[in-house]
Amino acid sequence: MGNEPKIFTKTYKWVGTRPVRPDGVDKVMGRAAFGADYQLPGMLFGAVVRSPHAHARIKSIDTSAALKLPGVHAAVTAADFPDLPSEVSAGGEAPVNFRHVSLNVIARDKVLYEGHAVAAVAATSPGLAAEAAALVTVDYEVLPHVIDVLEAMQPDAPVLHDDLYTSGVDPRPTTASNVAARTGFTLGDTAQGFAAAEVIVEREFKTEAVHQGYIEPHAAVATYAADGMATIWCTSQGQFMVREFTAKLLGMDISAIRVIPSEIGGGFGGKTTVYIEPLAVALAKKSGRPVKLVMSRVEVFKATGPTSGAWIKVKVGAKRDGKLTAGEMVLKYQAGAFPGSPATLGGMTGFAPYDIENASAECWDVVSNRPKCAAYRAPGAPMAAFGVESVLDELAQKLGMCPLELRMKNAAKAGTRALYGPKFLDIGYAETLTAAQVHPHWSMPLGPHQGRGIASGFWFNVGGPSSAAIHINEDGTAEVVTGNPDIGGSRASMALMAAEVLGIDYAKVKPMIGDTGQIAYSFLTGGSRVTFATGKAVCEAADATIAELKKRAAKLWKIDGQHVEWRDGQAWSTLDDGTDRAPLPLAKIAANASKTGGPISGAVSINAAGAGPGFGTHICDVEVDPETGGVTVLRYTAIQDVGRAIHPAYVEGQLQGGAAQGIGWALNEEYVYDAKGRLQNASVLDYRMPVASDLPMIDTVLVEVPNPGHPFGVRGVGEVPIVPPLAAVANAVSRATGVRIDALPISPPRLLKKLVDAGKV
Amino acid sequence: MARVILQSELARRYTGGQATLTIVAPDYSSLIAELERRYPGLMAAIGAHTAVAIDGEIFHDPLHEPIAADSEVHFMPLIGGG
Repeated sequence: MGNEPKIFTKTYKWVGTRPVRPDGVDKVMGRAAFGADYQLPGMLFGAVVRSPHAHARIKSIDTSAALKLPGVHAAVTAADFPDLPSEVSAGGEAPVNFRHVSLNVIARDKVLYEGHAVAAVAATSPGLAAEAAALVTVDYEVLPHVIDVLEAMQPDAPVLHDDLYTSGVDPRPTTASNVAARTGFTLGDTAQGFAAAEVIVEREFKTEAVHQGYIEPHAAVATYAADGMATIWCTSQGQFMVREFTAKLLGMDISAIRVIPSEIGGGFGGKTTVYIEPLAVALAKKSGRPVKLVMSRVEVFKATGPTSGAWIKVKVGAKRDGKLTAGEMVLKYQAGAFPGSPATLGGMTGFAPYDIENASAECWDVVSNRPKCAAYRAPGAPMAAFGVESVLDELAQKLGMCPLELRMKNAAKAGTRALYGPKFLDIGYAETLTAAQVHPHWSMPLGPHQGRGIASGFWFNVGGPSSAAIHINEDGTAEVVTGNPDIGGSRASMALMAAEVLGIDYAKVKPMIGDTGQIAYSFLTGGSRVTFATGKAVCEAADATIAELKKRAAKLWKIDGQHVEWRDGQAWSTLDDGTDRAPLPLAKIAANASKTGGPISGAVSINAAGAGPGFGTHICDVEVDPETGGVTVLRYTAIQDVGRAIHPAYVEGQLQGGAAQGIGWALNEEYVYDAKGRLQNASVLDYRMPVASDLPMIDTVLVEVPNPGHPFGVRGVGEVPIVPPLAAVANAVSRATGVRIDALPISPPRLLKKLVDAGKV
Repeated sequence: MARVILQSELARRYTGGQATLTIVAPDYSSLIAELERRYPGLMAAIGAHTAVAIDGEIFHDPLHEPIAADSEVHFMPLIGGG
């Protein structure tokens, strides 16, 4: 085996500790206000009219009967929204076509999936709004539909968009199709690599669309004032994203909208776009009253983005000693009703943990009559990793080699060139493998019908624009204001970093989430960026605050600022002029702030670069019931290079949560459609997400290889842990049964059929 | 001179198949100006909404990031997470 895990030797007073989260009491006591908790005087309640068809042309929409109902104050359709041109612009996490976003929020000429919004109404009660929605008459011409990704790619498939021509192919097609784009990456010469291989494994895989499964449905309250100013209270992963998207969709100035973020009950990527916020503003504008829209769970399933189901083909070649010589993958991802699946990201990530000289990825983005996919932790990566990590497991079996040894032999290290181009800098993948090997889990004996799987995963992590402001209060306490909704405990991380840099007690730092009028622009909470990028902004804001505190201390001492240094939350004079100057604590400087120039604060806005990539390795033990096909996860260990854990408990929580979601993806979750393209399991009873009793305690190991791009070495941690579980579970089941798992979910009926077909039972 | 490494598809279309280009440029904006001068249409094909990796570090919205004489530059899709 290779290197021993690097462990931080530097210790801090606050960074790396586990204090109670600042928002904990409110959440435990039920005081925290989530999206649906906001109420305003005179508020109306909205309801959305949704398509019962998977694919249909809208011939007409008649809202007159609904509007005649007493208590109904407004109805909107696409006619109330600007007909935006099709153009790609910067906006969300990836380039955004706002025409598609607009058409997804409210259909104009066609509905493209069951649940697609066609109109919305506002009335004095939720019941009345539902009654009014039922009175909206929509005349549809039902069209043929297509659900499956491979069927959608066929030349005779029903075409969703008559202006969609495949990009990335040469020559450019002259007819529209459902294939939105082809992208690809090549490294070296795969033909040569496979020619040099002594063992080749090739296999096709399939995964189903799965939902992010956040516990809190989308909810928004909007007002529209007579001066044209709108205010939105909503749950989202980014108040600035909601402001920008809503402004674009309604043709408003960004400055005419203020978005106040609520607490958020999970997002996992699914709240990185808008669905109901523009509808609520449009209804508020038309009615002249506040309007509240809250999605039901059924609406969440039918009309918000799951992540793509995928068809995957992976081929790898290796020498007898296990050294990989070549790897190829083809990925065909469902985008849902509009282009934009994460196929390209799958192609960039699948082979990333490995040093392969010759590799390629071919990625296809395909639309079909499903809700538009949305980001889901490490978008696109888990499906590609399922293919790659499964094939590597099979390769290890063919070679008679330990799957951990195979991975270590080929592990990417600093200097390894990734398939997508650049060479890695400081990374800690090999260290996660070493940690796996020495973990007691790896050597525990297994019983009958039990199997152990191992799989690895990668995510880039990102930085981007973030803002932070620190205000020193008169009593020496501090407020840290940032612009990112706190999903995974980021308030605590921001407070810990601020306390560490300022040198004051964590309890004296109050972290706050500002609305769009209270803090400068911050990109959304996603991509595992907040602790890294916003944390970096907090550190720089603390540095700016310290610079001001030093100036104020110099004024109090009547000395030049260059003779002041900051240590342990106090200003120290370095001037050797015979005068004895006791250090000035922050609280004392704050108490004299008005005498030295006024309030003390520090604010910065940055575009953070230097996000260190993350790698993880998971070990999973399962037991398979050969009579039912049921799979029980017996033991699970998630190991990850986290750079530096600011608050280890929340980092461990990220690893456990990602693993739990990945296990659900592997074992049970799927969208089930009937012959008419209607979703059959749009409830949490029928869409089977894992619950606590389904899972063992998920053990975690935090490997800390510092990221040099962050003051404390932070790497993003939220994406990586959902990448390995699909393959870790599938590899465990494959080894328990002797049958290679090539399709997810591994639900009991599917697995039982596979075992029967293979003659295993 | 900095090395700009293109994906093979772009190289095939715009640089006569030459995937590794050598450019003298002090910063990113100078580099893309020189690329566009030499290979008209290349930067349009790469697109305005793209990320760039300079010596392994990914930038999402670069402009004046310095380019060293021995730098390696890759264009890549923007990365959106969940």
